Amino acid sequence: MGLTLSWLSVIILIPLAGLFLKSLELSPEQFWNILSSRRTLNALRVSFGLAFAAACVNLVMGSIIVWALVRYRFPGRRIFDAIVDVPFALPTAVAGVALSSLFAEKGWLGAPLAALGIKVAFTPVGIFVAMIFIGIPFVVRTVQPVLQDLDPEIEEAAGSLGASRWQTIIRVILPSLAPALLTGLALAFARAVGEYGSIIFIAGNLPNVSEIAPLLIVIRLSEFRYADATAIAVVMLVVSFVIIFAVNRLQRWAQSRIPAR
Amino acid sequence: MTMQIADSVSLSASDAEARAKARAHAAAARNNLRTEPRAVRITIITLAVLFLTVFVVLPLVVVFAQAFSRGILAYFAALADPEALSAIRLTLLVAAISVGLNLVFGLVAAWAIAKFEFPGKTFLITLIDLPFSVSPVISGLVFVLLFGAQGYFGGWLRDHDIQILFAVPGIALATTFVTFPFVARALIPLMQEQGTQEEEAAISLGASGLQTFFRVTLPNIKWGVLYGVLLCNARAMGEFGAVSVVSGHIRGETNTMPLLVEILYNEYQFVAAFAIASLLAMLALITLIAKTILERHLDEGHDVNDN
Amino acid sequence: MTIEVKNLVKKFGSFAALDGVDLKVNDGELLALLGPSGSGKTTLLRIIAGLDWPDAGEVSFNGEDALAQGARERHVGFVFQHYALFRHMSVFENVAFGLRVQPRAVRKDEATIRARVKELLDLVQLDWLADRYPSQLSGGQRQRIALARALAIEPRILLLDEPFGALDAKVRKELRKWLRSLHHEIHVTSIFVTHDQEEALEVANRVVVMDKGRIEQIGSPDDVYETPATAFVHGFIGESIELPVQVEGGVIRLGDRPLNLAADGLAPGASKLFVRRHDMLVGPPGSGALEGAVQHVRNFGPVQRAEVALSGGETIEIDAPRDRELRAGDTIGLNPRRYRIFAGA
Repeated sequence: MGLTLSWLSVIILIPLAGLFLKSLELSPEQFWNILSSRRTLNALRVSFGLAFAAACVNLVMGSIIVWALVRYRFPGRRIFDAIVDVPFALPTAVAGVALSSLFAEKGWLGAPLAALGIKVAFTPVGIFVAMIFIGIPFVVRTVQPVLQDLDPEIEEAAGSLGASRWQTIIRVILPSLAPALLTGLALAFARAVGEYGSIIFIAGNLPNVSEIAPLLIVIRLSEFRYADATAIAVVMLVVSFVIIFAVNRLQRWAQSRIPAR
Repeated sequence: MTMQIADSVSLSASDAEARAKARAHAAAARNNLRTEPRAVRITIITLAVLFLTVFVVLPLVVVFAQAFSRGILAYFAALADPEALSAIRLTLLVAAISVGLNLVFGLVAAWAIAKFEFPGKTFLITLIDLPFSVSPVISGLVFVLLFGAQGYFGGWLRDHDIQILFAVPGIALATTFVTFPFVARALIPLMQEQGTQEEEAAISLGASGLQTFFRVTLPNIKWGVLYGVLLCNARAMGEFGAVSVVSGHIRGETNTMPLLVEILYNEYQFVAAFAIASLLAMLALITLIAKTILERHLDEGHDVNDN
Repeated sequence: MTIEVKNLVKKFGSFAALDGVDLKVNDGELLALLGPSGSGKTTLLRIIAGLDWPDAGEVSFNGEDALAQGARERHVGFVFQHYALFRHMSVFENVAFGLRVQPRAVRKDEATIRARVKELLDLVQLDWLADRYPSQLSGGQRQRIALARALAIEPRILLLDEPFGALDAKVRKELRKWLRSLHHEIHVTSIFVTHDQEEALEVANRVVVMDKGRIEQIGSPDDVYETPATAFVHGFIGESIELPVQVEGGVIRLGDRPLNLAADGLAPGASKLFVRRHDMLVGPPGSGALEGAVQHVRNFGPVQRAEVALSGGETIEIDAPRDRELRAGDTIGLNPRRYRIFAGA
């Protein structure tokens, strides 16, 4: 028992502790200077800002997909259901080259979009697209089981009490799904913030414009500026840790108030 | 009934009335409490299908289309390249190491969490999840900081002539770290649900600890184990960010398949890049199919327990 | 509000859940739909509520066609078997739901809604739970809140699906009495579904016994108990002894032994003899229509339950008063005080 715990700590904690120790070698002033440099700030802004926007798109589209998969019958439903997991299973480098080729100016989707004057590949829009791709399974797979298990009687109850379908969805179904929706949003956001492989091919990686924070870490490492890399990593790590902790708390809270029947 | 009022009412009139009534009934019935109007349904299905097609199906299709864009011969020539072969070998080796390690760690961790109560359990679960939520680049960075030339163990490693970073051990370590949660995550809920009763029964019947584990615990979770291993393997073979940081990109030596995809793509060798990518995409598809089958097994297990 | 159901048919695949049901419910009545599971009683209730639609037949409320209306327009209060309370809303908000979702034109102001909800919570005697969430309530409390919620919309009809099915025995008995007195107070036409005969007989003014998608009997609790219309009803309600008999030329036979029972007006052929356990009188050997040996006796308060092996080979259970103690091994004569014979094997 104790052995197990110490083992676990060795595998996960020691590497992370190394990271924090390294960051402690920096004085607060150095730390601050690294983070407040224009390039770092822009990279963090691109990563966090676009990740949040993509997570919001995933929240909306994920809900629509879940609704279609759970509530409706249509040809190919099972296949589409299975396909949702592709972004999970597809190696990120493969997703990266595929998205890049798809949205490149001569690509299948890039060409028609370019005709409309929309440039996706090698712009922040490309990052946004890749983040949407990578985040969609998180929303779908957290919300789907909850909608599936939702008691059909509560909808009938709402209807027989005179609620319109729209009122039933807004007042009864959505609040029941809210914890799952928030969890999905947080997971998709966390994943998109840290994503590297599927983004770098399509991003263009222009400093201050389309450079994501994980890429900046890699660049700083290749320049042997370990302190810079560490400082950026610590900020990202703290944010992910807070998100995951919040998600766990959220789920426990939801379970305590809305226990399974 | 209103239809049988009198003979004087013409048949056609009562017919029309009956039809109007049937229509009203059908309209009311269609306005079912648990579904939406047809137009809304079609819109939602269309949106879902369109979105998944653009964002998921097309990227997958494009991989194969590009890989075969110069014909089958070019495709197989790309795969038979010595660099490609060495990348495939390395990927298989790394996957085998990290799946093996995580199988053991995952089983032990899940067992500890599911069967015992102890302070800090929530923290531990959060900890196990961490590699999922940490950027893979950061996972790689962590190992550079530990084992790199200026890292904490860097000096000692150099003195003893042990190469971890920019070599297979580093790649295997980083991959193991990144794929750590899969087995444990698959097993924790399963083992929690099954509780400790069966184990207690086995021990009360005189089974030893190991006998209990192999005869009671393991058969109960075998599908879960397989599920975890499957996902762990898929991620191990496809890991890019963490491996990219620790590998050093030495061609023919420390390039895994995803890294080779990157190099070839950046060198505009698109057919070769997508040929390797297509292998990884097939791995992903096979994993998904196997996962679907396994999930069915796991669900069946649940039903039996529920009833 | 009267409800009239005509020739209702509902099929699920090849299974006929309702197979031609006719029923009239009077204004202000408290009616029980009683039957085993799969008898179609819940399907009938759901069709009346507008939660399901029949394949054929008619449903009318006060003579107007109800099937042309959806559940939202019918103004029917429905209490679900598992309560279906909204788990993310407080008790107060659950009860207020039906008032809050009314179209803006007819929606009451907040003060009126609050007063109405308070009134309803008082009615179900749970005003002190207003701020709790459903997960914090006991089963019986949830049931009463579900009822208050259904009553909030001032339903024309109140429908309850197995209202006490998920409760333990003690709470169930309390709630039965409570439901009856509540109905007395509010007097809404009410139908409840149950598979528990005791519940139906104790609570309802009239009982509808259903089996296999058909109505077997409609009558007062006394009617269905005392004069069952069919073999099914006799077997389902109360504890009965059931014996296969043969009617021939005015004589009733059990096996080859003629029973000394009147067979006037009975159709000849294979039939079934039904006797309530407590209607089988015990006498000395040779004194009754039947004869048998006591196998086994257990005492239940005022009665003794004896397992008796009849001379023809069948084993029956009878309930006899304890004024004359039976013992295993006794040979006794048995005489049905009241009995009914239904044609058919």
